[in-house]
Amino acid sequence: MHLISELFSDYPIFGAFKQTIYLTLLSAVFALLIGTVVAVMRVSPIRVLQLIGTGYVNIVRNTPLTLVIVFCNLGLFIQLGVAVANKSSDTFIDTNNFRLAVLGLSVYHASFVAEAIRSGVNTVPLGQAEAARAIGLPFLKTLRHVVLPQAFRGAIAPLGNVLIALTKNSTVASVIGVADSSATMKDMMENRPDVLFVTFGIFAVGFVILTLPVGILFTSLSKRLAVKR
Amino acid sequence: MRQRIIAALGVTVLAVTGLTACGDDSGSGGGGGKIVIGVKFDQPGLGLKEGSKNTGMDVDVAKYVAKELGYAEDKIEFKESPSAQRETLLANGQVKMILATYSITDARKEKVSFAGPYLVAGQDLLVKADSTITGPEDLAGKKLCSVTGSTSAQKVADKFAKTVQLQKYDTYSKCVEALAGGAIDAVTTDNTILAGFAAQPANQGKFKVVGKTFSTEHYGVGLKKGDKDTCEKVNTALKKMVDSGEWQKAFDANIGPSGLKLDPATNPPKTFDPCA
Repeated sequence: MHLISELFSDYPIFGAFKQTIYLTLLSAVFALLIGTVVAVMRVSPIRVLQLIGTGYVNIVRNTPLTLVIVFCNLGLFIQLGVAVANKSSDTFIDTNNFRLAVLGLSVYHASFVAEAIRSGVNTVPLGQAEAARAIGLPFLKTLRHVVLPQAFRGAIAPLGNVLIALTKNSTVASVIGVADSSATMKDMMENRPDVLFVTFGIFAVGFVILTLPVGILFTSLSKRLAVKR
Repeated sequence: MRQRIIAALGVTVLAVTGLTACGDDSGSGGGGGKIVIGVKFDQPGLGLKEGSKNTGMDVDVAKYVAKELGYAEDKIEFKESPSAQRETLLANGQVKMILATYSITDARKEKVSFAGPYLVAGQDLLVKADSTITGPEDLAGKKLCSVTGSTSAQKVADKFAKTVQLQKYDTYSKCVEALAGGAIDAVTTDNTILAGFAAQPANQGKFKVVGKTFSTEHYGVGLKKGDKDTCEKVNTALKKMVDSGEWQKAFDANIGPSGLKLDPATNPPKTFDPCA
């Protein structure tokens, strides 16, 4: 017990998990936005949009996340000079890397969000869309007022899975230098090889604490909010 | 139903333990007249894997030591030993020894035993060939790159935290890429590692090692904790390698081309740490 409190005072473990939480929440919001747009494109009646949506999902989903994140830094920033923070700032590198990581994580997980929402759309009976069209609603209004509200409620459980995956995947951000939990774990492993398993334990427990309530919450939400048919 | 589940679990457990048993057999250090040595696969000049060939200073020292221990070159199996896994690989007996830019430190001595040192390096800076940076004191306001979790990055953070922005990647090759791209002003780690990158054919003439070290790193041969017997044999082998001039030959072949000059007072090492 003494050892654990010593590790907590020597290393910024809470700060690191805070960084992980920020990364996860910000990326989750953007992934949900991008993913919804992509899902709408995939279920739209317009062929070109369908193709773009399908292309996005298949390309991004099948690219390793590490590659996506490294591309955001080495490709976008180093090679193409795309900076997403104030270049003259004292914390330019940290801010820029954090935002690039959020970008990479959102783009990657948007493909999974899109598929989750599409699976939700498939739970909505065809008759609902037909009825909406019958009373004269155009495609977007059908979607907004009739299909998507039911689709989201049907997609809660898979969206929860995406969020849990996103929480754990956010550790990949450490490859471009974001000081998240996995970066701190590497620091601790380098300095305290004598307590390797305690270190692993702390971070394993940390992630369980982060993800377990999410799982429970989303499972109960999916039961409570699902449209009973 | 319940019985079936228990049976299924039992079979799984048996299968898994059976597999690990096999793993232990093939992985144990000296078994079957072979020796498994941990090296780096991604550090030019020290431990680099090109195709099926391992090259570098660490690898040459490893080969010499193995020969002195009675293992011909075809009996050596090189295994990659990433920094974070070195202690575990030794403790499990998956490798007999590790020569992988493994600095001797007190914290590590609690988990592993060290023979050597066989090379004394120091932390330095790699900059573009036309850079005006001549030492760590010029770093104020600059952007510096190192590897997540490395002691080099921590040293910089401790020493220059207020004035330097630190970019961290998971590998040094990404740092070198960023340095070439101009987003970073300098890369920092041991001078031997930097020299290896500067001397790579693709980078020749692009970079220079500044040559003002600000730390001392004793590269040791990592051994299983308490393996005093092997440790003494390794020290004897290292001494012989230095005395016979083979050490210098290995140095000239691997690190020489980069133009790096190591401190002659400490290299080649003449005294070795006592084995404990």
